[in-house]
Amino acid sequence: MNDVFDRIRQPWPWYVAGPLIGLTVPLLLILGNKLFGISSSLRHICAACIPAKISFFNYNWKKEVWNLFFVAGIFFGGYVAAVFLTNDRPVTINENLREELAGYGIKNLSALVPSDLFHFEALFTLKGFLLIVVGGFLVGFGTRYAGGCTSGHAITGISMLQLPSIIATACFMIGGIIMANFVLPYILML
Amino acid sequence: MNQLHNRHTDTDFEIRFVNEFGVNNASTTHRAWHNVKYLIAGILFGILLVKSEVISWFRIQEMFRFQEFHMYGVIGSAVVVGMLSVRLIKYFNIRTVDGEKIEFQSKKFKKGNVIGGLIFGFGWALTGACPGPLFAQIGTGAAVVSVTLLSAVAGTWVYGFFHDRLPH
Repeated sequence: MNDVFDRIRQPWPWYVAGPLIGLTVPLLLILGNKLFGISSSLRHICAACIPAKISFFNYNWKKEVWNLFFVAGIFFGGYVAAVFLTNDRPVTINENLREELAGYGIKNLSALVPSDLFHFEALFTLKGFLLIVVGGFLVGFGTRYAGGCTSGHAITGISMLQLPSIIATACFMIGGIIMANFVLPYILML
Repeated sequence: MNQLHNRHTDTDFEIRFVNEFGVNNASTTHRAWHNVKYLIAGILFGILLVKSEVISWFRIQEMFRFQEFHMYGVIGSAVVVGMLSVRLIKYFNIRTVDGEKIEFQSKKFKKGNVIGGLIFGFGWALTGACPGPLFAQIGTGAAVVSVTLLSAVAGTWVYGFFHDRLPH
């Protein structure tokens, strides 16, 4: 029994986690005809809090409140995993990446979100502002413009063999590859 | 409540029409506490996101630099299982727990799939998080990510503000 619990506390391999993530699609469909997608929650938050007579935010968001319950669950799930299912080992990281990041002074590998980059004081530096504030803005603007994010397009959309989702997912990857390889190194040097 | 629904029928159609995921296609309405099942599904999903290290900024960098297979394995196997599930639901005509037929609408291509997709890709590489992981990261105690999340809400709002003027 202890052995099982020990396994759970380790990072889960992709062939365990991936299929379980995929099962979210039929789970939500069968629970109540809900189409798995998370970025919509950001739109529902806008519609609920600051619709400002913008037609894009004037719809019956209450009908979509399930989506807000789902993301609230993700928050609590993150808490449960971090408090009860964690181990003290540093995060797994590719050796080349570890060396490269050490060159930028990113050495703390104790958490999945690097504390050398993501902390409140960093908000007042150009580097932190770009990573946290600008990055977040691009995530919110881009996912809505694209009509979905990794869950909606990459997982649900491709599962349903939707061409727009395949194109959108390819563009997520192209954007990420450009940013991570050609722009981010200069930001990390700041 | 029912009246409210009727009044909004047209806009409901509207939000489905703009290429959306994360929507409710159910015709059965329930009392609010029924949403607890989505809270529980979310908790399980959040645990998965953390334990698979999908919410790791480092994992996202490895993916975009082609240094590790991990993320490709997670997303790839999730898609395969999702695809098989959709097939099975269609083939066996599986219904929801309320006995409703499960409908799959096709999505229409729009320019935003490309432009918005690229913009999201930039943000994904910077923050190391897509929308789901943002919520999970905050849950793990990375409090500053709540600023990233607020900024993402702001980004969504600005998109909505310029919605009619952007190429689609």
